Amino acid sequence: MPKFKKKTGGELPAISTASLPDIVFMLLFFFMVATVMRENTLKIENSLPSADQVEKLGKKDLIMYIYAGKPSRNYAQQYGKEARIQLNDKFAEVSDIAAFVAAERASKREELVPFLITALKVDKKAGMGIVSDIKQELRKVNALKINYTTRQGDVTNNF
Amino acid sequence: MAKRSAPEVNAGSMADIAFLLLIFFLVTTTIETDSGISRKLPPIEDSPEDVKIKQKNIFTVLLNGRDQLLVEDELMELKDLRPAAVKFLDNGGDGTCDYCNGTKDPSSSDNPDKAIISLKNDRETTYGVYISVQNELVAAYNELRNRRALELGPAKGLGNMNFVEMESNYNNVNWGGNKTKLKEVIEQIKIEYPQKLSEVQ
Repeated sequence: MPKFKKKTGGELPAISTASLPDIVFMLLFFFMVATVMRENTLKIENSLPSADQVEKLGKKDLIMYIYAGKPSRNYAQQYGKEARIQLNDKFAEVSDIAAFVAAERASKREELVPFLITALKVDKKAGMGIVSDIKQELRKVNALKINYTTRQGDVTNNF
Repeated sequence: MAKRSAPEVNAGSMADIAFLLLIFFLVTTTIETDSGISRKLPPIEDSPEDVKIKQKNIFTVLLNGRDQLLVEDELMELKDLRPAAVKFLDNGGDGTCDYCNGTKDPSSSDNPDKAIISLKNDRETTYGVYISVQNELVAAYNELRNRRALELGPAKGLGNMNFVEMESNYNNVNWGGNKTKLKEVIEQIKIEYPQKLSEVQ
């Protein structure tokens, strides 16, 4: 009795899927490298306006972010529909900005404090009222370098 | 009996595991935007001095609560703002500006150093529209600076590089050119076309 049987059928061999994991891993690594984890959970709607005369911001650790916009749907019941400010993970009032800036400054090395930039991430549908309030507050604490964070794009998208 | 080799581990489910991870990363991460329009706020002064500025040297841009654009008291479309601002800045009415290409209209701005753009907005103005206007005004300055850079650059041995490229090269550590020369040109252009954008509170 023979130990091995010769294959009889002339069927097509199955396509090898052995390289599928490699392809998927490649994609996985791309996404892992290309993306940054969000630091703050946004509680507001935040679709940024577009502009084409943009400058790239330098060092990430020298930027403090102030978010503003309409509370997102989960929070609309509690906080209403008016645009609000978000600092770190919480809703905040205009008067909280001074304390926020002081805290950010305290957390940086002293020689880096003059280079701090405030990035305003404001929803494009928000009113200028809240932006003016933020700017006035920043002037009071002498944080004068600001950056209106925008997407790269055509300005006509803002209407 | 023949010697049995160790059974091969089935790797069929590796793809599933990798897919799971991939989907996790796709869902949890967002590509952060880190570019925008940089501005410097004016410091608060205790005793603001009254500076006399001639009316013709001010280019008033007003955005009202209904997002309408008023330039020099006339309604304007956003796309016309950039050429209008360029025309105003580049006018050179008093003839001291020898690099201006403007019409030298005596009823418009004297020279780019004196020309001020004043931007006023309402509390009800939409932020997106405000950014569009800011963008157009910055673009007007950049247009003039780019033109000037292309005039100055070749003479300094910098080749055909516009102002925006000059600035990005200056900030780029890998750029191999002569940075001191580049800085000189950038500074000169910034003096020739200073960005005087005032926001009315």
